[in-house]
Amino acid sequence: MKIDVKQPILDKNDSLAAELRQRFADNHVFVLDLLASPGSGKTSTILATIDALRDEFNIAVIEGDIASSVDAEKIKGQGIAAVQINTGGACHLESAMIKRAIDVLDLERLDLIIIENVGNLVCPTDFDLGENAKVMILSVPEGDDKPLKYPGVFQVSDAIILNKVDTMPVFNFDREAFEASIARLNPQAPLFPISATSGDGVEAWAEWLAERIRNA
Amino acid sequence: MHELGIITSVLDVATQSARQSGATKLLGVTLSIGEMTEAIEDALQFSFEAMTETDPFTEGAKLTVNMIKPKSRCLECGAEFEHDRFHLFCPECDSFATELIAGRELQIDSIEVDLPDDANEE
Repeated sequence: MKIDVKQPILDKNDSLAAELRQRFADNHVFVLDLLASPGSGKTSTILATIDALRDEFNIAVIEGDIASSVDAEKIKGQGIAAVQINTGGACHLESAMIKRAIDVLDLERLDLIIIENVGNLVCPTDFDLGENAKVMILSVPEGDDKPLKYPGVFQVSDAIILNKVDTMPVFNFDREAFEASIARLNPQAPLFPISATSGDGVEAWAEWLAERIRNA
Repeated sequence: MHELGIITSVLDVATQSARQSGATKLLGVTLSIGEMTEAIEDALQFSFEAMTETDPFTEGAKLTVNMIKPKSRCLECGAEFEHDRFHLFCPECDSFATELIAGRELQIDSIEVDLPDDANEE
């Protein structure tokens, strides 16, 4: 016998994410889900972003990694609250993990939570975490052809950061081809070329984010 | 490989619905998966086989996956059109301002179950 179910597969995750989104809104916290490959400079970008915004906003960071607390320690070293989530092998974060992580954060006091998702350009795109924006980082050494290979993550992102632009001459990165691919996949998303370690371009990115935090 | 996580959720829902209806066995599950998601059919099938074979209630169940073609609406001229994963611009007016209306589905459509003989005759 056939039984109609008609239910979203990720119903549990999505309804919890909706609950979290409401909680964030009630507390006027802006939540950013940061997606990127391992080694693209997620943590450096977060540190540069904190540097640019810490005078105006109270910030906390949720670090998702398969193992270790190296990243959370780096953030805490800057005097910023950081919670480490170890997924124990899982390739993405889910809303239940975020719910546990924010239990130790003082939402009322915070303006911005940055979630550093697990380094992966595929799996995290299908999971709603209750965030206000998904932003992805691609770094120059990864190559200008990545939008063609991983279109999903470029499409779900509200903004795209191109990191390590100072290395462009070394890696034969075709910026024109890259920008043309982005324009095809996600014309609405702004592109921020930065060098997280030197600070180049960080200001424009930080201003885009600040505007959204103020409206949260 | 988040397909394993997706199939875990699928089997939770499917097994629960099947047991609620008094079924003795789960025979099959039908899903709708949008082509714009990152779920790959082969990996779903592989995960489904691996997860169903360990439980007599689900053993041998078949997975049917209906892949849903992406479809968008043009915000400029209102045209609705199907497209692939890469070309989202409007074929009518060439605008890039489009809104996805189908293609990100991750849904359980239905399940097929075996009911005790008397229930099947009703």
